[in-house]
This record gives sequence, structure tokens and C-alpha cells, in this order.
Amino acid sequence: MGEVLLEDLTKDFGEVVAVKEVNLMIHDGEFVVLLGPSGCGKTTTLRMIAGLEEITSGRILLDERVLNDVHPRDRDIAMVFQNYALYPHMSVYKNMAFGLKMRKVAKDEIDRKVKSAAGILGIETLLGRYPGKLSGGQRQRVALGRAIVRDPRVFLFDEPLSNLDAKLRVQTRVELLKLHQHLAATSIYVTHDQVEAMTMGDRIVVMHEGVIQQVGPPMEVYQNPANQFVAGFIGSPSMNFLPATVRFEAGRTFLEGAGFRIPLPAERASGLQGREGGEVVFGIRPEDMRLGSEGEIEGAVEIIEPVGSDIFLDLNVGGASLTARVESSVRMSQGEHVRLHADPARVHAFDPETGETLV
Amino acid sequence: MSRKTMLRLGGALISVLTVGGVIVMLLPYFWMVSSSIKTGIEVFDLPIKWIPDEIQWVNYPNALTKGAFGVYFYNSFVVAFAVMAGNLVFCTLAGYGLAKFRFPHRELCFRLILSTLMLPLEIVLVPTFLVVRELGLVNTYGGLIAPLAVDAFGVFLMRQSIRDIPDSLIEAARMDGCSEFGIFWRIILPNCKPALGALALLAFRDNWDQFLWPFIVATTDDLKTFPLGLAQMEGIDSAAYHEIMALAVLGMIPAAFIFLFFQRAFVRGITLTGLKE
Repeated sequence: MGEVLLEDLTKDFGEVVAVKEVNLMIHDGEFVVLLGPSGCGKTTTLRMIAGLEEITSGRILLDERVLNDVHPRDRDIAMVFQNYALYPHMSVYKNMAFGLKMRKVAKDEIDRKVKSAAGILGIETLLGRYPGKLSGGQRQRVALGRAIVRDPRVFLFDEPLSNLDAKLRVQTRVELLKLHQHLAATSIYVTHDQVEAMTMGDRIVVMHEGVIQQVGPPMEVYQNPANQFVAGFIGSPSMNFLPATVRFEAGRTFLEGAGFRIPLPAERASGLQGREGGEVVFGIRPEDMRLGSEGEIEGAVEIIEPVGSDIFLDLNVGGASLTARVESSVRMSQGEHVRLHADPARVHAFDPETGETLV
Repeated sequence: MSRKTMLRLGGALISVLTVGGVIVMLLPYFWMVSSSIKTGIEVFDLPIKWIPDEIQWVNYPNALTKGAFGVYFYNSFVVAFAVMAGNLVFCTLAGYGLAKFRFPHRELCFRLILSTLMLPLEIVLVPTFLVVRELGLVNTYGGLIAPLAVDAFGVFLMRQSIRDIPDSLIEAARMDGCSEFGIFWRIILPNCKPALGALALLAFRDNWDQFLWPFIVATTDDLKTFPLGLAQMEGIDSAAYHEIMALAVLGMIPAAFIFLFFQRAFVRGITLTGLKE
């Protein structure tokens, strides 16, 4: 088992509140990603679960046992650090065996576990080497191996891929997922990279300024963001935001601004009731628009960015900037005026004051 | 002048300066060794005769009969070794605490320790002696060793070195089930070997040569250290420079050995540092 429960978890460093009243249930075997910009409290939360940071208030429970005052070594939790934290003066074998040795596990049992973990990770040939002689990817595996041999109830990952180059990062991401499927252990993974979060997490926990903004499966968070922060943080290129005014005309609702006028389907407009003439933030993702002469958005092409599979167009819409994704076959030239049609099911609107999602 | 010629000239200049420096540094030692194998009169000959006509090896056994030098040697060894060990233990523990633990007024503590470096020995000599006397340690090994067993510079050196060890290593060890002392012993110490080597070397050499403090605190012959014995030779026979120099050569040997030994440890240590993340 490995069910983690965070109850009103709070951490302050003097005046600064790093984590504020976090409530979260992580189920046994689940892969949960804590996502947010740097300083959002995700790493502090992870470190509190690990026992490396004292808790100001609230509780952490693992399988209904309160961990607040339990020493890190007695929590049955293993962690993979951002810089791997391999002991430079020990061979790979000793690095992996260290935790077991400290727990007074029998020598042949240690040997069996280390070799088995090394087999899973494909690092059998590295066991005699020192960390300084390993590549970034190899160190990463050793750090994973050190966690695996302990057979913990919960794995914690603190941005483990951030020190790898882009290609290796993608490769390791896939391997980590396979490993998770193989071990089926509860994993809590911290990252600021939303692609990692989207591809790896069973659920994503988006944090900002120490507060959880939204918890949910990746696609749900992507498609139905709880607020403007989540909407802007997840997705690359990020969602477009344009200032707009709410208009009701002939029983229909429109979002209107310089260069666009978007009709909303009746079933999606309920959140805008009572806001006639009010200011909102209109949000649309680059892929939720398509070119069309009847389009409700009009703009001039400023920059054309072909990325192979698609083209990103940076448009000037009424003085504001808007990015749209179009098919790679489309031919455009700079300065050209185009019209875009917004998918009405994918249009968002946010409260300009609170950032809360209205549509 | 072309760039290449300039570079070559610069290289030559550096070589000349280095060789000059080496000569300046080695000349007193050479003079010492040379004087130790001359007769008492030849020592004062001008111009200096660097290699005497007849080598006087007999100076060495003769000099050793002028005092209880076996005892002085032994005392110096005990004191220098114990002080070195004390420094290795206490400076490393203090350095670890100051580098890696968060506690109130940590920086102030560190600065206070550092500020003692600015006090010359002469200022602390009398108060230290009074304390040692009150503790009944005058004319004991304890009195010779204890006041020197921890040193502000050593604390500084170890703190700086330990600060470079990533916190995550300590945290990983903590999660791996290592006790706090285990972390110090198994993680911190092996990763600050170069600094430990430097500290051991400096502590041994400083205290092998230590004169003033033993002079104050050790008045009986059985507790005198080698430098005290050497100084006392001048009182016995102020003209016997050939024999004094013979003793000086003998006194230099242990320090030279320690240096050679730790120099190898330095190199190993530095190789290890290269393995850090």
C-alpha cells in the first residue's frame, strides 16, 4: 500500500508562506505530478512528504499513519533528487546498497536486490564505476536504482529530468513511465515542465504561490482549466488571452473585442449571466482555431513559425498578439490579413479580477 | 615583436623568476645542511664554503649528547600528533555544524570564531596560561596540547570545504537511514579529504615547530619539546652552531616526511573532488 493524504498542509519560512493549506489525496499506485512555476511550493510540499522540511501546520498521512514527527528514514519513502545526490566517493554498487546497508539488510539480500534493480535499469555493467565517470543519463538511472532497491511505499521525484538534454529527457520520460507500470508504486513527481506533467501524470496538481489551483487528469486540466493561471500555464504555445466585452444580442451571447466577435453556444454562456457589457478575458488555445473566410477573428500575420508538423502564426488582432496553429500545407506571407474561426466548444472566458473561469 | 616571441619571452621570464624563487627558498636549508657537516670554525668562514673539505658526520652524534634529545623528540611528536588529531576532530565537527546546520546566530558564531584569528598569540598567552594553571595542567601533556587542539583557521578551512558538499547528499543519506553521526562519518569526511589533508599538514607542521607556548607551559626537562631543546643548546654552548645546525636538520626530518606523505593524500583528495557532481 502507499496511500498519501495531505491535510491542510502549510509551510512558512518566517513571513513567506511557501505552501498554504494544501489538501490532497494520492491513491495507492497513482502517479501524481505537482506542477507549477518555480517558487510555487511544489518542491517544498515534496520535501515535507520526504521529511526533509518541517511542517508548520497540517498533517501528512501514509496509509493512515501520521508522518509529521516520523524521521525520514522511517517513512518508507524514497526520493530521486534533482542533482541525483549520488555519493561521489562510492561506486554505483555501493551507492545503491547504502540504504539497505544502513537498514542492516543481510549482505546476500543486498546483493540480490542491487543486481535485480540494476537489471531492470540496464546498468549491470556500471556497478563498479564511480558517479564521476558516468554520463547524466547513467547517473539518473543509478539514482533511480538507489530508490528502487529500497522497495519503498512511495517514490518522490524532484525534477529528475531537468539536468538531461532534450533528447535524453524524452527517452527517460518514457522509461520512467514503463518503470512505474512495472513497479506500480505510488509516485509523486515534481516538475515545472508541463509536457512532462501532461505525459506522465495520472493526475496533475497545478500549484501557484503555495496554493493548489486545480487537481485532475491531464486532459481535463488542459481542456477545462479552473482559472486563467492554469489555462495559461498548461499548453505550449500557451493559451491566447484577449480583453473582451460580453454582449447579449437577440438571445445570443457574444465575446467582443478589437478584431473579433465570438458567438457562444447557449449551453456554455450561463457563466456570463448578469455580465452584460462587462469586461472579461477571452481565452483560446492556438489549435482551437482554423482559417476560414467567415472567421470571427481578424488579424494581420506578423510572424510565421513552421515547426514541421504545423505552422504557428503570430497575428496582430486589434493591437494584441494571438498565436494560431495551422496546417503545414498552408501558405502565408507576412502582413497578410487572415480570418480565423474559433471552435465554440473550446472558447474560454475568465474574470479579469479573480482569474476564475466563467466559460 | 611578434606575439609568439612575446609569449616565449614571457615564458622564459616566468621560468627565471621561478628558479630564482626556488633558490631563495632553498638556500637557508642548504646553508643549514652545509653548516651541520663543518667544524665549529668553518661555520664562520667567509666567503662561505658550501661544501667543506672534510665532512664532519660526527657533529650529529656529538650534538645529540648535549641534551635529552630523545625525550624532546618524543614530546614534540606526542604534542604535534595530538594537536593534529584534535584539530582534525574538532575543526571538522565545528565546520560541519557551521556549514550545514541552521541554528540561531550561526553567522555571528562563525564571525566570533574567525575574529580570534586577529588576536596575536601574545595577547591570548597570559589568559590562556592562567586558565591552564587553574586547571592544574602546567607541566603536563594536557597543558601542552589542549589550548592548541582547535584552531579558528582550521574551523574556517573545514567550514568552507564542507559548504561545497551539496545538501542533497546529506538529505539522501538521511533518507537512506544514516544517523546524524553516520552522515558526518560516511558522507562528509570522505568528501572533504583534500581539506582534511591540508589541515593535518598545517597543524602538524605548526605544532612541531611550536616554541612560545611550550616555553611557557613546560618548565621541566621531561616535558620539553624539540624546539625548546634546540634553543637551550645556545645557552649551553653558544658557539656550537655546527651542532645546533645538525640538530636542526634532524628536527626537520619528521615535518618533511609528514609533508611528503600528505602531499600524496592531497593529490588523491583532489582527484576525488573532480568526481563531484
